Amino acid sequence: MVKRLVVGAHYGFRDWLAQRVTATVMALYTVIFAVQLLSLPEHTNAAWRAMFAGGFMRFASFLFFMSLFYHAWVGVRDIWMDYVQSISVRLTLHVITLLVLVGYAGWVAQILWRL
Amino acid sequence: MAEVTATKARPKHLNLMQIRMPLPAYVSILHRVSGAGLFLFLGGLIWLLDASLGTPEQYAAFTGVIGFTLAGIPVVKLILLGLLWSFLHHFCAGIRFLLLDVHVGIELPPARASAFAVFGVSLVMTLVLGGALW
Repeated sequence: MVKRLVVGAHYGFRDWLAQRVTATVMALYTVIFAVQLLSLPEHTNAAWRAMFAGGFMRFASFLFFMSLFYHAWVGVRDIWMDYVQSISVRLTLHVITLLVLVGYAGWVAQILWRL
Repeated sequence: MAEVTATKARPKHLNLMQIRMPLPAYVSILHRVSGAGLFLFLGGLIWLLDASLGTPEQYAAFTGVIGFTLAGIPVVKLILLGLLWSFLHHFCAGIRFLLLDVHVGIELPPARASAFAVFGVSLVMTLVLGGALW
């Protein structure tokens, strides 16, 4: 009888690493965001809009949100895997989580590129 | 291949109410709780960003939602304050975990100290930023 080990698809390490890379991207963006916010000439809605309309901030904000959604996917998937034992319920929750996050990605792209 | 068999049942204390958890355990648990909370409210937060960057009508809706009160209680602002703490705790605890990954502060005393720092920094930052943004 062949004993198979249920490991070896590498997704464990890949997601472990992705969680840390996306976390670093978000931490760096948080610093950039804070600096940008503190250096605003005035605290008005126009200044807030101008801050996000800049080419660099749009690029950085988009990267932040993409990192956030991937990070959230790994984190929330881990929560479902830890607490939801029923395979069918777990699969459903995984799919819903993915769909919601993909939808958010489109929404955020629209928010940033409309400016 | 070495065979290791337990000769007697080892004690398991998996009842969280019976375990005296060290401070780093609370940092870890709240890292998960804060992450889950941020995910649950993510749609709302994106909506707020959308409205704050939208047309004058959308911006008016944004200020309306932010200022929403229920029986005199600023419900939305309180939720946002909780989410601010969630973000700051997740941020500080995350940096602590990244440092532990590269073997910085893995001895017991510095690990305890950094767990204490995570609570201290995130709570003080919540009060300072929350107060400034209120």
